[in-house]
Amino acid sequence: MNSTRKAGGFFARLSSTRIVYLVALLTLIVGAVLVATTGRNFFSPGNISSILTGTSVLGFIAIGQTLVILVGSLDLSVPYVASLTSLIAAGVMANSSANILPGVLLALGAAAVIGLANGLIVAGLKVHGFIATLGMGLIISGYLATNFKGSFGQAPFAFRLVGATGLGPVPISTLIMLGCAVLAMLLLHRTRTGHHIYAVGGDLNVARMSGIRVQTPIITAHVLCSLLAGMAGLLLASRLGVGSPTVGSQGGYDLLSIAAVVLGGTLLSGGKGTITGTLGGVLIFAMLDNIMSVMQVNPFLKDVVRGVVIVVAVAVYARRSIVKRQPRFGHGQPEEPARKQEVAA
Amino acid sequence: MSEHAAPDPSAGAGEAPAGRPGRVPVLEVRGLGKSFFGIPVLQDAALSLHAGEVHGLVGENGAGKSTLMKVLAGVYQRDQGTVLIDGREVHFSHPTQAHEAGLSTVFQEFNLLPDRSVAENIYLGREPRKGLFVNRALMNRTTADLLASLGITSIRPTAQVRSLSVAEQQIVEIAKAISYDARIISMDEPTAALAGPEVDLLYAIIERLRERGTAILYVSHRLREIFDLCDTITVLKDGRIVDTRPAAELDDSALVRMMVGRPMSAYFPDKLPEDEMAEPPSTTALLELSDAGNDQVDGINLTVEAGEIVGVAGLQGSGRTELVQAVFGAQPFTRGTMRVDGIELLPRSPRQAIRGRIALITEDRKAEGLSLNLSLLDNALSVIRSVFPRRTGAVRQEVPGMFSTLEVVARDLDQEVQYLSGGNQQKVVLAKWLAISPRIVLLDEPTRGIDVGAKVAVYRLMRQLAAEGAAVLMVSSELPEVIGMSDRILVMRDGRLAGELPAGAGEEAVLQLATGARNGNGHNDGGSARSGSFPPPGGEGEGEPA
Repeated sequence: MNSTRKAGGFFARLSSTRIVYLVALLTLIVGAVLVATTGRNFFSPGNISSILTGTSVLGFIAIGQTLVILVGSLDLSVPYVASLTSLIAAGVMANSSANILPGVLLALGAAAVIGLANGLIVAGLKVHGFIATLGMGLIISGYLATNFKGSFGQAPFAFRLVGATGLGPVPISTLIMLGCAVLAMLLLHRTRTGHHIYAVGGDLNVARMSGIRVQTPIITAHVLCSLLAGMAGLLLASRLGVGSPTVGSQGGYDLLSIAAVVLGGTLLSGGKGTITGTLGGVLIFAMLDNIMSVMQVNPFLKDVVRGVVIVVAVAVYARRSIVKRQPRFGHGQPEEPARKQEVAA
Repeated sequence: MSEHAAPDPSAGAGEAPAGRPGRVPVLEVRGLGKSFFGIPVLQDAALSLHAGEVHGLVGENGAGKSTLMKVLAGVYQRDQGTVLIDGREVHFSHPTQAHEAGLSTVFQEFNLLPDRSVAENIYLGREPRKGLFVNRALMNRTTADLLASLGITSIRPTAQVRSLSVAEQQIVEIAKAISYDARIISMDEPTAALAGPEVDLLYAIIERLRERGTAILYVSHRLREIFDLCDTITVLKDGRIVDTRPAAELDDSALVRMMVGRPMSAYFPDKLPEDEMAEPPSTTALLELSDAGNDQVDGINLTVEAGEIVGVAGLQGSGRTELVQAVFGAQPFTRGTMRVDGIELLPRSPRQAIRGRIALITEDRKAEGLSLNLSLLDNALSVIRSVFPRRTGAVRQEVPGMFSTLEVVARDLDQEVQYLSGGNQQKVVLAKWLAISPRIVLLDEPTRGIDVGAKVAVYRLMRQLAAEGAAVLMVSSELPEVIGMSDRILVMRDGRLAGELPAGAGEEAVLQLATGARNGNGHNDGGSARSGSFPPPGGEGEGEPA
């Protein structure tokens, strides 16, 4: 903590993405040292594989969450979408490899429909994403709790391999997740839709006055977010071998993904942020989890550490996110609050 | 979509009949009417614009200027009347349709995304594509060409808008308007946030547009600009056109008379005569700063005596706002001393300043002065309630009287301030600060974007506050205002006091100090400059873009 505060002035000159990766590097070093004290190797292929595995489920969801947060919305229904898709996939597949494709397509189709509904409610009915997706999450969770008392369906062996194999220490699931991340980056930085996602999240009115159909980017972001949550659900089904009505909510992926996005430097109010940053946030969480598991830390303490990391990170960003003119006089003055007015001037 | 996706800025210039007014007006408005909730805000408005003409539109706030521009831009739909572009009637239901017809508008509020680049902002909503992807290279190149065609080379197309100065942002805004191949550009107070040389830069851009044959509808409260720039002037009052005349036939006082039906002499009220003063002006310094500074201002030495109005002039970014913010504790001084009525008080927060009965009327009333969705009453009581809660009841009794003295026009005390005109909103801000009976009144651009009538009310109030023994420190970009109102004028440059001028100094003298034209020994002939040392202009050079 102390080192973070001391580094405030230094951080102020860095982009948030760089800060995230510096923090990730710091976590890596501290983790390696801590793990070494227990006589184990942090960099063993097994451990690396375990960390990367930890990034994939949260990674899928956090990429989607980045899109909706950038457009100025939120998605709290992701854990329930993940649970639902795990059930649909495992249910449809019913332990037969011939049913893998229909299972995947149906699961993703259901996710897309939920995303479309979220998007239409947010863009059309002008309900804030927080409320719209909170409601959608409740609806799905109620449906799941009523109709599924426990695990359901069976994933065939071929499908289970997706979650279990890897290229060297890199799990296939992580590679797919990174593939999705690259696609999301292309979308954001290279397409009109991506530009419009930033524009709508930055200032809805400016976007509208520039002739953008503001509903389109909002709906697109929500559909993609749900689809990615669906991908996470498929991966969970592949790992568990069955569908589960609670696998998503147990993971706490709604708030954890938002935390990863914000940790990655994206503004919670939208309009500014990157997928790269989000991946850094996800990586930090995965490493923290791994280190604490290896150290056999009390699970409650885990949450304390996560919480501290989130708050400290955002506090650091808050000190520099209000871009302002450089100080003209003085040297190493303490930070001055509320300098927004000059930007508005 | 794609054919106008990447407009070539030079193409528009070539085709236009440069400078020659066409016979058919590019834009003609006849019998235009618009009502909101049954209340007419625009009645039977008519005007016509020719190619290469700069047409001034003036009138008090609430006269209907902004409504007229928004109807033309397609933001509002007209109720009656016709709008013709090149002799053909047009109906716009969305700003994009106006753009396609060649009419763009530079609105008063910035319509830019601060976190996106200049090029991304200019081509927002019509990014040029190559296959599936946005063609960034083309976008950046055409943006650079576009800016170059306005004579601007200092703004990089890839620069984040947030990193630009206010003046540069304004230029980007104008470039965006032009990029739609606009033949008609309407500008709503484009200089509201600019000062001195920045205004000159805008003049140069408008001159270039005029040469290209672009027709410009120019709204401003600054009469000087209207006369500098416009060929024709149309005066609006209470939603109706008073008259349209060639600028050459008018002068300041004639124009003001047409706008308000009040002669120019009433513009800056005289000092109240001695016998009307509540208490004789003491010679004690109410506000005293010595060697005060923080990371934006430095070496500030000044005194403001009770009953005195001191003006602070300077360019945008010269540290004027930072100075009053520091006195108010919003960005506290980190060195030096500050005395209020002889007692040392260096506010660390606005709350401490308010406890010392220091008031700051900020330059951005919508963001910092008012809670827009609260009522007049709640806004007027907001400071009292939070800082002097025990006096709330007593002040509440005085609020109606305060509002009627200030001539606030509103339905009742429960009306939300967002529905008031700019001038009335500013009066509510003033009422809120009067409630604490301030000893030191700091005003930052107190008349920005308000109509002539409200301006006069603000001036009168300043005189009255001074007469009652308050120390008034006013920051303003409008030199006539600084000169007309101040007992002394302090000029800032690069975060320091560049010098002091006596009442009635010429605009020339102020500008010379502000720009550093009289460098080195300049402050010596500037009178009793209290800043001990005169630093060479340095620092980060935020003041002078371009």
